[in-house]
Order: sequence, then structure tokens, then C-alpha cells
Amino acid sequence: MSTFEFPPSIRSRPVYCVLEARPGKAHLMIADAEGAEALIDLALRAPELMAKAHVIYIPKATDFGAALNALNPAQYYEGPSYSAAVSRIKRVFSDASMGLQIYLSGTEGLMGQALSEAMQAGYDHTAIQTEHRGSLARRMQCVHCKGITEDVSNDPFQCSHCGLNLFVRDHYSRRLAAFQGVCIDAEEPGNVPPSKELYS
Amino acid sequence: MTGTAPNSTAPKTVGAAKLAVRVSAITTLNALVTRFEFQRIDGADFPTFSGGAHTVVEMMDGEKKRLNPYSLMSDPAELSTYAISVRRDDQGRGGSLFMHQKIKVGDEMALSYPVNLFVLDLRARKHLFVAGGIGITPFLAQIKQLEAIGGNWELHYSCRSPDLGSYVDELTEYYPHATSVYYDDKKQLIDLDNLLDGQPFGTHLYVCGPKGMIDWVRKTATATGWPQAHVHHEEFFAPQPGRPFAVRLKKSELTVEVGAQESLLEAIERLGVDAPYLCRGGACGQCETDVLDSDGTFLHRDHWLEDDEKESGEKIMPCVSRFEGKILVLNR
Amino acid sequence: MTLQFNTETFRDDYSFHNSQRAIDRFPFPFHEDSYMYAVNMERHQGGPADSVYEKRFDVDEHYVAEMADRAKVLGDDPLRCQSLPHMTLAGWDLLELIMVSKSEEYPDLFELHRKGREWYWINKPLGIEDHFTFMDDTTLPYGPMEYITRQTQGDFCVLDQREDNLWMDAGMVTTQADWSLDFDIGMNFFEWHAPVPLAHEKGIFKRALKFLLNIQQGAPARRLNWTMTVNPLLDTSPENYHKWGIQKTTLTSENIGAKQHLRVELQTFFRLPRSNALVFPIRCYLMSFQDIVSKPKWGRRLNRVVRDLPEELASYKGFIDNRPLMLDYLSQFDDGLPTSFGVWPDEDITPTLQR
Ligand code: HEM
Ligand code: FES
Repeated sequence: MSTFEFPPSIRSRPVYCVLEARPGKAHLMIADAEGAEALIDLALRAPELMAKAHVIYIPKATDFGAALNALNPAQYYEGPSYSAAVSRIKRVFSDASMGLQIYLSGTEGLMGQALSEAMQAGYDHTAIQTEHRGSLARRMQCVHCKGITEDVSNDPFQCSHCGLNLFVRDHYSRRLAAFQGVCIDAEEPGNVPPSKELYS
Repeated sequence: MTGTAPNSTAPKTVGAAKLAVRVSAITTLNALVTRFEFQRIDGADFPTFSGGAHTVVEMMDGEKKRLNPYSLMSDPAELSTYAISVRRDDQGRGGSLFMHQKIKVGDEMALSYPVNLFVLDLRARKHLFVAGGIGITPFLAQIKQLEAIGGNWELHYSCRSPDLGSYVDELTEYYPHATSVYYDDKKQLIDLDNLLDGQPFGTHLYVCGPKGMIDWVRKTATATGWPQAHVHHEEFFAPQPGRPFAVRLKKSELTVEVGAQESLLEAIERLGVDAPYLCRGGACGQCETDVLDSDGTFLHRDHWLEDDEKESGEKIMPCVSRFEGKILVLNR
Repeated sequence: MTLQFNTETFRDDYSFHNSQRAIDRFPFPFHEDSYMYAVNMERHQGGPADSVYEKRFDVDEHYVAEMADRAKVLGDDPLRCQSLPHMTLAGWDLLELIMVSKSEEYPDLFELHRKGREWYWINKPLGIEDHFTFMDDTTLPYGPMEYITRQTQGDFCVLDQREDNLWMDAGMVTTQADWSLDFDIGMNFFEWHAPVPLAHEKGIFKRALKFLLNIQQGAPARRLNWTMTVNPLLDTSPENYHKWGIQKTTLTSENIGAKQHLRVELQTFFRLPRSNALVFPIRCYLMSFQDIVSKPKWGRRLNRVVRDLPEELASYKGFIDNRPLMLDYLSQFDDGLPTSFGVWPDEDITPTLQR
């Protein structure tokens, strides 16, 4: 099963929904990995969306490409990574008109980054739907060096840039599309508790 | 919360922020609308304001004090004068008639500091304005503000007839490419579906006009995929007349009969009880008042209280809401 | 009285110090012997002569040194000052508010001469004189918000007001109690307050927000907040926490009176006219425990507040580990006598310490 019920948390932590079809002139759907399943479910409930849909998909280690393609979206793109796809996503927003509906699904990192792109293009974030599927790993900003470490699934973890030992906070920045990592042994250097899997 | 905190370090004397003004010009625009201009009695500049702001005009109508909100429509960069446009409303509670019939150049009045409940969203890539009739006034100031900072805007303005098209000449002369005017009597309608289709991503839509127009624009926008956060409307409700009712003010130890033509807030003020307000239109939340006891039906007409608060019978917004029943006791 | 500016540092050798005047006017934040979060707001329309509440923007003996510290922080990390693109207009509003206030309230220190949009600003303590065109970004060396807040004590958050919420879309934040502007920029009122314990559940933020949304031009408000800081360190940022966090472990019963500081934030709220934004200046006042206990009422009260503060708050404010040490020290100045209500030291009516 690719869905997970997140425990209650603080007010900055995003909450996700189940994608629902909304009226729109065009529909942009961006997903990674198991996020494809949320789009497939959506298309099952609202097949009429697909004739006006542009699907952007990053499979990671999964294999939903054929199933997505079979939904017959107006436009379909599959990219090897988010960074490879991002310039295309920016272009889609710069060409878009009001009336576009945006659907995001998959990992928090993917949804967060695509949402931040839409915001930078002048779109209000509250209008964007997000459905979490798949990995629970987080995109983390090191508050000290500002470096982003992708796919963090253990707490504490080591910053991939400055090497500090960071604990994983639930405090989340929509603009950075990242949770905050803070030095765990600042007051007692070297005293780092054993790392545990998130939500374990 | 609004008063002084128990640990207060603040001085106790604070008056409501009001501006003493003199009417400096009155211009009849057409059969329904008149423009009033004001200057400060002390000769100073007015406070800076942002496009969309309103001021509450205090009118002394004999014994009766009337307080009506009007959009400021002058140039926000031009602070020697404030201007409002008043549409005569023969069915209303008399404020606009008083302005039209009694106010003369040179009269002294009081205005509130500007308050803005209809601001531009400055993140917008483009501002799309839809106005109906006197609903043009907030846009006049917003357009001047956007022109000063190089903003991207477009106006669609619907009027009854050329005779009643307030400010049409000025708008079409200065901004011919950004202004489209539609006349009801020529059966010209705003082609809304078409207008809302193809607007650049990041456009914000603003509508001000009769309630029917506001509802139509908002509904059409939602149906064509515009998110709520990109659709703004000025929703100012004039208090509606209703059946008289009695209210007990617990803290002041007073009882008052609210007349058919006055609002609960006005009745409270008539007794000299200090009650907070900003918009007098059910939008700002400032007048929220606790209900201590009641037996009857609330006629909630504000946009402030949540539905559950309205149902609870524990809160009322006296600027627009009324009551029908036997007992109403307020914590005021 | 003309102000004498201290030569002092807020880092390294920590030569920061408070004069007797600064001690007398310190904004002690506790009006009773206990503390809990509350919607503690009041109007900001002056206060007793020479108190920190008197002027719209208080300028004190630390002004010049604080501005030097800010310049250093910004040199190391320019991200401490950020403004999203739609906030430039609010920056001009803020520049006007501060220049007008300071030139009116401190005419011996600041002058503003205006001819239409051509403005001439003189800041004598910092030796700055600039001619510029109001609302023309190209005529100032920095953006308007950065320009004026490099010359004004306290941190600044500039909040855009939309959809019945406030959005932290710009700020100058170099003297913060452990939160990051770079991280929080773009958040709304509930989101940036997310880490605060208990207050959400008590409905405090919901009520506070309603109050803030209604703050009007010409009617500013204020409140106090407080925390604890070891050493007079202004820049207690999360960015540098891996460097300063260790200082919290250097307290001893010998050095605590001089090293442990009560950190009080005088927070004010002003509506800005052109942008309809709200500006939230957070002015930080530091005072060592030994200076606090020089006022007998404050010494007694601080002991009781620190002793009885709920664990959640002591832990959030970052002094739970040092609380026993603090109480060892403070309890020496608490003889159990009653204290008078209110924040003022009331020295004329307060009995001296009964040892
Ligand atoms: C709109 C202006 C305001 C801004 C920009 C602001 C900002 C902040 C920030 C950034 C924090 C630190 C949160 C963290 O741990 O990351 C904070 C803490 C806090 N804020 Fe605000 N705040 C504002 C207004 C208020 C108001 C009106 C209240 C009134 C109740 C309030 C109550 C608090 C409390 C109780 C804390 C915890 C402080 C502590 O215990 O040290 N804030 N605020
Ligand atoms: S005065 Fe604004 S809601 Fe009543």
C-alpha cells in the first residue's frame, strides 16, 4: 500500500488530501514514483479530465509509466529526475493561463518543489491539491549551511554538505520545500543518539 | 484585549482616530451620483492610504448621528484632498439622501482614518477589475496606485446607461487600452466566460458592484477553475431596516429600544456607550460583541462570524445584525 | 539630555553593559509573580517619560554598537535580510514611518527634509547623510527596508495581509530568539508560530491574529515577550546555534549573575499606509541577572516566575537545563515578601531584601 496516515503535527507541517477533480480549462498533473497511483485513481473517478491533462512523471525506481500513458493524457512527459524536469515545469507555468488546475502526488519532496514553482509563478498555494503516496523520506534544509539533503529517512542524520549531525524537525518551509534540520549535539559535541527510521 | 492590559504601560487617554474636515467641493456627476471632496480643517495633509480603502463619514443629521462608510476614490498620492462618490439611495436609511440634500461646500464634518478591507494583492501578475455602477469607486484609487508603480491592470465596467456612467469619460480618456465600458440600456453585457479564459497565470480578479454581479462573477470564476484566493470582492453591507427590538446592555446597565431604521450599533452609540467598529458593514470583526442571554432569533448578516459561532447564539455583530424575540442581553 | 552611545560588543569579549539609566528603564516583563502566555496587547501610544514605551522607536545607548553588530551579521550572512518581490512598497512605507518618527522624536539625532519626492536624511550617530528620491529604489544603496533597518535597533518582520491572515513576506532579522527568517519567510501567522507550545491549544494565536488584522493606521499596538540568553549575545540565531549553543553550558554559580541575561522583546505593530502591510518591530533589551536583582521587587519576582514556569515553556525557551542553577542564584534575592502589582520597580514602596 502506498498511502500512509501521518500523525498529527504542528501547524507548519503540510497536510495532504485525496485528489479530487475540479473544473478547469486545463489540468496539470505532476507525480513521482507511487504518486502515479493517485493520478490513476483520479482518472478512474474523473476520466473526462484526461483530454485536457498534461502529465509530468518521474518514475524513480517504479514502473507506472505505461499505466499513466494508457490514461491518454493530452500531453505526457517522463523524466529521469525532478531536476531534469524542473525547467519544463517552469515553462509550463510561464505559458499557463488562469483556469489551470494543478494536481501533485507522490513524495513530499516532489510535491513541495512543484508547489513552490507554482507559487513563484504567482499562483496561490492554497489552490493546489496534493496527495501523498510512497516514500516517507523528507527533503531537509540544514539551517546552518543552508544545504538541502534529499530523501532523508532517518533521524538524526548527517548534513550532506557541511557534515553536522542534524535532527529532523516538523517545521516546514513551503518556499524552500523542505523541513528544518538543526544541529543535535551543539551543547554536547559528539553526543549523537542512534539514528532511527522516521515514524518508526 | 482591545482595552489596556492589566500590566499596562500605556497612558489611559486615547480617542478614536478621527479627522476634522471641511467640504471643499461638491460635484454632481449625474442624476444619481455626487462627488464630495474634503480638506482638513487644520490644513495638514491627510494620512496616506492604499487603493480600496474606505472612510467612515460622520453626519450630524439634527439630533441623529449617521456613520456611513464610503470608498476613497481620490489619488492615494494626492493627500491634500480626500474624495468620495455617493450614490443616492431613495430606499436606504437616509445617509446618502442626507449627503445629497443637506451637505454644502464649507460644512464641517468628521472622517475616520482610512481602513482597507479591499486591498490589491500585490503578488498579482495582472489585476483584472470588474465593476458595476457605483462599485467603480475603489478601483479609481487602485488604478491610480497601480499606475504609479507600473502595475498591469485591465478594467471592465458595466453601467446602466451613458448618462449614469460615472467617471467613464475620465477612464476612457486616460486609459483607453485598459478600459472597457458596457451599457445595460444598449444590451451590452460583459462576456465573462471569454474574459476569464486565457488570463495570464497569476492574475487576480476583483469585483465590486451590486450583489447579483458579485455572485455571478464569483460563480463563473469558480466554474472555470479560478481559485478563491485569486478572486476578491468588496462586500459591504449596509445595515437593513427591520422590526424594532429591545436590548439590555449589562456593563453599562442600560436598556435601549432599537428602532426599525437604525442598527443595533447605532442604538448603542445613541446612548453614549462606546462601542468599537471599523467598517460598519459586517466585514472587519471589530464590533464583535458577546451575548450574555437571549430568547429569540438572531438575524446574523455579517461575514465575520463562523457558522458555528452564529448558531451558538453567543456572539453578534451589532453593525449589521439584528434580533427578533423577547430577551437580548449584551456584554457591553 | 544628549545620549551617550556605548562602545561595546555583543560577541567575543562581550563588553556590552547597561548604564544605571538603562537599568532603570529596562522593560521588565512580569506584572505578577507568575507567567503564562496570554494575548497581552495594548496600544502603543506613548508611555511614561524616558521609558522605553515613550517613543515609537526607542533609541538608546546601545544604538551605535547594535548597528555595528547588525552590519557584521549581514556581512557573514546576507540572507538575514530578505524581501519577497511584492514587498518593496511596504519597504518604502516602513522607511517613511521610521524616518518621520525618528526625526520628530529625536530631532537632535535625526533630520528628514522633504521636497516632494526628493528627500534628504541625516543620521548623526551613524554619520549618514543621503539624498534620495522617495519610491525610487535606484537612489538608495540598499532596498528601502534594508536601508532603514540597518539604521534602526530591533528586528523587523513585514507582514503582508491577505485572506484574513498575515504572511511574513519580508524581514530584517539579526537579533532573534532562535528562529530563522530564511526558513520562515513566506509563512502565515499560524505556520511561523507552529513550534510554540501550549499557545495554539489555548486559542491565543487565533485571538491575537484577529486583533492584528484590525490594527489601523495611526493606532499602533505593542506587547512584550521574553526569553533567557547566556552572555549578551544578540545573534542567537538557529543559523549559528552550532557555534553559540555550547555557551549555555558555561554557566557556573560564580559567573551566573554577570553571564545570564534576561532577554526582553518589546514588540510593536504598525499598519503601513500604501501597502496595507503590518510591520512588526521586535526590539531586544538584554539585562544581566545581577543588574535585575539590583531592583528588589524584580529580584523577588524573577525567582518566582522562573521557579514556577511550566516545563514546556522552560524547555521551549531553552533554559530547562540551567534552571536549577538560575534558581540557586535567584533564590538568594527572594525573601518571600509580597510584591506590588505591575511591571515598574516601585523602589519607593518596596522593602529592601530581608536576609
Ligand atoms: C505579527 C507579528 C508577529 C510575528 C512576526 C511573530 C513572530 C514570532 C516568531 C518568529 C516566533 C518564534 C517561533 C519559533 O519558535 O520558531 C514567535 C514566538 C511567539 N509568539 Fe509571535 N509573532 C507575532 C505576533 C505575536 C502575537 C500578537 C502574539 C500574542 C499572543 C505572539 C505570541 C508568541 C509567543 C507566545 C511566542 C513564543 C515565545 C517564547 O515563549 O519565547 N506573537 N513569534
Ligand atoms: S464594524 Fe466591522 S464587522 Fe461590525
